[in-house]
Amino acid sequence: MITFSFDGKAYTAQEGDTLAAALLRNGIGLVGRSFKYHRPRGIMTAGVEEPNALVTVGEGGRAEPNTRATDVFVYDGLVARSQNRWPNLSFDVGSVLGLAAPALSAGFYYKTFFGSAKKWMFYEYFIRKAAGLGNAPTQADPDRFSHRAAFCDVLVVGAGPAGLQAALDAAEAGKRVILVEQDNILGASLIRDPQELDAAWIEATAARIRGAGGRILTRTTASGYWEHDLVTLTQRLSEPGQTPANGVAQRLWHVRAGQVILANGSIERPMAFAHNDRPGVMLSQALRSYVRRFGVVPGKRLVIATNNDDAYKTAQALKDAGAQIVAILDARPAPAGANSGHRVYNDAVPLSTKGARHCLKSVSALVDGKTMEWDADLLAVSGGFTPVVHLHMQAGGTLDWNEDAQAFIPASSRQNVTTIGGAADPQPIFKMVPVSSPNKSFIDFQNDVTLADVDLAWAEGYRSVEHLKRYTTLGMATDQGKLSNMAALGRLAEKQGVAIPEAGLTTFRPPYTPVTMGLIAGAGAKDAGAHVRRLALYDLHAAKNPIWQPLGYWFRPRAYPINGESLAQAALREAKAVRNNVGMTDVSTLAKFEVSGPDAAAFLEIICATTVSQLAVGRGRYTFMLREDGFVFDDGTVWRLDENRYLLTSSTGGADRMATHISYVRQYLCPHLRVSAVNVQEHYAGIAIAGPTAKAVLATLIGEEPPRHMSTVPAVIAGIPVIILAASYSGERAFEIYITASDAATVWAACEGQVMKVGGALYGLEAMEFLRIEKGHLVVGGEVDGRMTPHDLALDKMLNKAGGYIGASGLARPALSEAGRRQLVGLEALEGDIPEGSMLIPSEGASPQGHVSAAAFRIIEGGSVALGQLVDGFSRHGEILIASSPTRGQKARVRVVAPHFYDSAGERYRD
Amino acid sequence: MMLIPCPHCGPRAQSEFIYERTVDSVVPLDAPSQEAMTKLFTRNNPRGVDDEIWRHTYGCRAWMILTRHRVTNEISGCRAIGPEALP
Repeated sequence: MITFSFDGKAYTAQEGDTLAAALLRNGIGLVGRSFKYHRPRGIMTAGVEEPNALVTVGEGGRAEPNTRATDVFVYDGLVARSQNRWPNLSFDVGSVLGLAAPALSAGFYYKTFFGSAKKWMFYEYFIRKAAGLGNAPTQADPDRFSHRAAFCDVLVVGAGPAGLQAALDAAEAGKRVILVEQDNILGASLIRDPQELDAAWIEATAARIRGAGGRILTRTTASGYWEHDLVTLTQRLSEPGQTPANGVAQRLWHVRAGQVILANGSIERPMAFAHNDRPGVMLSQALRSYVRRFGVVPGKRLVIATNNDDAYKTAQALKDAGAQIVAILDARPAPAGANSGHRVYNDAVPLSTKGARHCLKSVSALVDGKTMEWDADLLAVSGGFTPVVHLHMQAGGTLDWNEDAQAFIPASSRQNVTTIGGAADPQPIFKMVPVSSPNKSFIDFQNDVTLADVDLAWAEGYRSVEHLKRYTTLGMATDQGKLSNMAALGRLAEKQGVAIPEAGLTTFRPPYTPVTMGLIAGAGAKDAGAHVRRLALYDLHAAKNPIWQPLGYWFRPRAYPINGESLAQAALREAKAVRNNVGMTDVSTLAKFEVSGPDAAAFLEIICATTVSQLAVGRGRYTFMLREDGFVFDDGTVWRLDENRYLLTSSTGGADRMATHISYVRQYLCPHLRVSAVNVQEHYAGIAIAGPTAKAVLATLIGEEPPRHMSTVPAVIAGIPVIILAASYSGERAFEIYITASDAATVWAACEGQVMKVGGALYGLEAMEFLRIEKGHLVVGGEVDGRMTPHDLALDKMLNKAGGYIGASGLARPALSEAGRRQLVGLEALEGDIPEGSMLIPSEGASPQGHVSAAAFRIIEGGSVALGQLVDGFSRHGEILIASSPTRGQKARVRVVAPHFYDSAGERYRD
Repeated sequence: MMLIPCPHCGPRAQSEFIYERTVDSVVPLDAPSQEAMTKLFTRNNPRGVDDEIWRHTYGCRAWMILTRHRVTNEISGCRAIGPEALP
């Protein structure tokens, strides 16, 4: 026996029950409250199209809100709760809104809350409280979601009679076949109508498909049809809220198919009449499913309203189950239904229903011009059939209008897809026009849109179906209008005086049914959101237990605290070691390119905006790169290692972008150059040694005189060949040592030994940031933010006067050198600390004239300093501004100064 | 997700590729300012076939020109470019 709970009360279910079937089995008619008016709602369908019976299933991080009770199979211990009600389902305060229904007509929010933002913020609080569905869980989902790729010759969607036969034919013809079915058993329409092909045929067919090598996936929905016959399947491995057997709750399949066969069937349409949303009103085929598949008969006295033959099968099923068929209201003229053996009223169109919160009591209809009423506790409606064309349309297909069925059917497609079965050939129906009052004649049950709302939208001038949709919110709920779109189109066409196909259609977008975000993220969720690259020296850092910081795809030490230091204390100690003595750090992640060949210098003078060709062998220089529009996008250094061999470095964060850029220029723009540009970013590990005693430390390590500033030499440390670049980011005499990554640990250990011997320290990114801000060096992503030209950053004197570099023509635009642009400045606090990221304003309440891009302090003397961008900043040195961050409640008065706070003459680089 | 016929690797999923730009919007190195800006900012967006530059970044890393219908995504050609493809 299976037990489950609904709103805290325990019930029992039968094996194979959906939650909807189990609720009906237990006599529960009231399942939810509607979105806008909080009207009592019951179970209307037996499939994924269910608009009313939305519940939250599961607890904690496994809770799934807005789950259709018709699309969850009951398991032992299932916990379900109704939604959108307070304090409880039976007595809901929000349903009082229903009394004021006209106030909430189409466009209500647009009309009422049109005004100041302040007013809206006041109303919004109450609207958010009143409207809505289930609540998203606040805890993390404990389960995993996986992705899988698959390929097949034929993908068949839907395991009804047509789909099963198609899959069998393809499999037995030797094709690789995947057959998917969203239900947990095969058969689809055969489950409710087993007269022609029964369970034995389904079972035998499935066995033959599997025997021929076909793969059958149940509880799997083809949710999206993408380009070039790629179909995504969402497979449930456990039910909503259930603990999955192997930890994986759902799987997303990416199936590339040679051919796709859609056997989606059709969805039955409701009818529009007053109070057609009352619990006890169900779709005819759904009712038949509950009786035949689940053995649940949710009423004793049944009225059927139909415009087609199919509903007579429901009458037969209910009669067989012992229910009383009170009346069949057939919209068609006599003699339709004459020989059915039931009490049939022809020319009968439903008008309204009466009932209580939990149940239906009577049904009224207009029969041949006269109003009649019947006592009933169940009303089955069949307003026709809407072929499921979603995937066909997502594939870029077109539709034809089938007048007999009053339905759109799939026509051509630009992809390799065919539709078969009921979706291609829907049953004929009788075209009927609603005669009931349009008020409370619901067409979109989930978003509470009535015929009156469509009429209002029309009266207010909304003519196109796209505008109608947005104004009334019709078809915009989680069911995406599966039940409602055709009713709305019919009404719109009637208003326009055109046939339905001329009224237009809205776009069918994936997914077909809601997909949980975790499934889209898949294995990339949580820590695996981005891949992690591992430093060559990772283990050596990890042994010192540093504070890590993500940088690009790497984690780099932010600081190496000792004796319980905080981050700030450790970083300050490390920065002071560099200023007073010596420090060393890992700079392996810098982008590095080896450019060689007779045209290497010419190539680099295309990539870099500075000159390169004048460099002597063994010398290097600072350089920067522009985008084609003239803005700086990266910077670094370039070194001439040999006659025709250069090393170019650039920023860590921009490394992949720079690699692509260099490749594009090389391969597309300059294929004729005799040059090779190789990305050696991870071939070399890098160690920087900086400080007043760095030169002495390095001399000991390499056993010779270290190169002067901006020179490079090959050398040997601990028996390992290295490249030494004398460059400084910190403002001190400094060296970068590049080593083949596999030998990096040996060289690091040798350097560390020497640095520690003289009382130096390791330093991390935080200290490096302090040092470079004080020195006024730029960082890509900070000062270089994609909006700054070389002029704005005071780099223009370094530009290659011969031009020819990428961005030269973009930079020549006059507007880029006009007054009023933001320019790089330094900022000194008059008191307190300058908040990073704050805006620069001349006085309280004034418009921002710039911002603080990086803030730190003078490392030895103390006092807050920062770099920033300020309108016409070069000519405003000495001005006092306010650096204000209202969101953090921080501000400081600052003086505008030159962007160098330390050794502006560069004397500390020289020997 | 499209299936792109890499001239070196055969048909591969679009997720292995990056899109660079259309051939029309390539800025020649010697383009004067006005022409360069026109290429960058006032590009064509034809409702039909166009030549696009793609790179098989997560595969062979080669660049290629893909001839693609911008409405239907029908791919009518894909040819290799770069020094190796020079005549």
